[in-house]
Amino acid sequence: MSCVQTFQDYAFRSLGYGERLLPRSDFTLCEQFTLIGSGLVWNIYFGALALFFGFFLATAVAVARNSSAWVVRKPAEWFIFVFRGSPLFIQFFLAYQAFVLLPRNGIELNLIFTHITAETGWLTRAWAGALVVLFLNTAAYSGEIFYGALRSVPKGDIEAADAYGMAGWKRFRRIVWPTMLRLAWPAYTNEAIFLFHATTLVYFSGFPAWQQKGDALYYANYFADKTFNPFIPYPIVAFYFILVTLAIIGLFGLINRRLNRHMPSESRPRLRIRPQVIR
Amino acid sequence: MFASCADPSTLEGLNWLACYLTSGKHMAFYQSFLVVLALLAITAPAALLFGFGGAMAARSRIWPLRIFGRAYTAMVRGIPDIVFFLFVPVAMDQGFEWLRHKVKCPDWTEPVRQGSDFVVCPAAKLPLSTSPQWVHETYGFALAVLAFAVVFGAFAANVLYGAMRAVPRAQIETAEAYGMTPRQSFWRVLVPQMWIYALPGLSNLWMILIKATPLLFLLGVQDIVYWARELGGSKTSIFAYPHPDWRLYYFLGLLIFYLMLTRVSEAVLTRLTARLSHGQATLAGEAQRKAAQ
Repeated sequence: MSCVQTFQDYAFRSLGYGERLLPRSDFTLCEQFTLIGSGLVWNIYFGALALFFGFFLATAVAVARNSSAWVVRKPAEWFIFVFRGSPLFIQFFLAYQAFVLLPRNGIELNLIFTHITAETGWLTRAWAGALVVLFLNTAAYSGEIFYGALRSVPKGDIEAADAYGMAGWKRFRRIVWPTMLRLAWPAYTNEAIFLFHATTLVYFSGFPAWQQKGDALYYANYFADKTFNPFIPYPIVAFYFILVTLAIIGLFGLINRRLNRHMPSESRPRLRIRPQVIR
Repeated sequence: MFASCADPSTLEGLNWLACYLTSGKHMAFYQSFLVVLALLAITAPAALLFGFGGAMAARSRIWPLRIFGRAYTAMVRGIPDIVFFLFVPVAMDQGFEWLRHKVKCPDWTEPVRQGSDFVVCPAAKLPLSTSPQWVHETYGFALAVLAFAVVFGAFAANVLYGAMRAVPRAQIETAEAYGMTPRQSFWRVLVPQMWIYALPGLSNLWMILIKATPLLFLLGVQDIVYWARELGGSKTSIFAYPHPDWRLYYFLGLLIFYLMLTRVSEAVLTRLTARLSHGQATLAGEAQRKAAQ
């Protein structure tokens, strides 16, 4: 079987298109590259969406944590503590068990005027359930980063905003928030890299892969189990992830440039990339 | 455990729960918490040692050693560490068996890799197929510890390398002015002072290490995640203690265990930072000096 044929069969296998049966013997390098690459789609899906939605929740959590009102601050502190203080692996297990326990035929919401049935079955599927966990997890980690940045917004900036007559939402939107992002951006880049790495945990924790549609590591593990040779599939995953990491660094570097476009080019803060390990 | 637990089917309420929570399997579950703590206790110094070696190699004046040190620290960047956790134990296992195969059975002619199989002579098997169960378990655990030490050693090397460069240059110059050799100034001046610079990174690493321990489950060790799944799954009436699916509560217990572990570590590390800042030429050390006056 030629490599083009293999590509046609397995390029979108992780999404359920193409050949249904996975290769069973005589694995070629082409098959391994194609299947693991097709699994990478899920890693990018989880990482990108969790990062996107998590960004907004993280901002809210950081602002809440910085609040002087006790009722607002405490929940934010606990949210950050619980998600940063426990392993993501356990969070996946716990979330899966909790989602399974939800009533199978949906929750009946009895509003006064209508009757709604909220479907819950989809939450036990990895594409939704794991995304929820990753979303909350990254929101907690980035929330802590943003909170730290929020605390170090220069006092003079706020005073200048006050002098211009800005207050409330306007001051936050125009002064505090952009400065917070500028300060947090290098750390936030690391968090993004770190989150993409964490997406490999999805199919190794509570969430089962349905019809063998898994992520990159799921297929790599499949090959390693079948051939009993870890020296080919895992380096392939490593190769793909280095590409993803480089892409993230490039993209976040561009955003960093835009955030700091008003600064003289010499004194612009450079991104220092220090990726972290598992959470 | 208790004499009254002889016939679980007659028990009710709290008595049932007390007997249930002290059954033999639950004792194994409680012991597996010790496995996690043992892993932490062994891995942390081992990773520190690997890291120290890596950092020293990366600073070395000998070119190949320096390249090796740099490559080791750069290795884990950009690659998800779970890949390492899956890769290192199998690779190490096969590496050890292959070496033993070369030494013990030199006249073995068949290739080691036959299609999808990895075949070494029986005398080279690790552990030997005749050895008792506990040897197999200990070997698996040792491989897991090695995998953790390699991965976290690379991160520790990164931190220590940075810390060694953070010690003010003037300190080394003073040591040189006193006529110390590079070796002496390294051990007597640089190493004692670098810890305060390394501590933020190392404490971060410790937190990450704590949170990586559930991955033991992926390596086939019977750790707390294994037992939580095992005990929590629904038990039918053929079991001594039938119950529905309780995995949620078991995992909730694990979550609380980890939260407590990180909270306690945080407190200890804060105290350690204060302790190490004592007399250092840093802002925190300066603040302590001012407060003491």
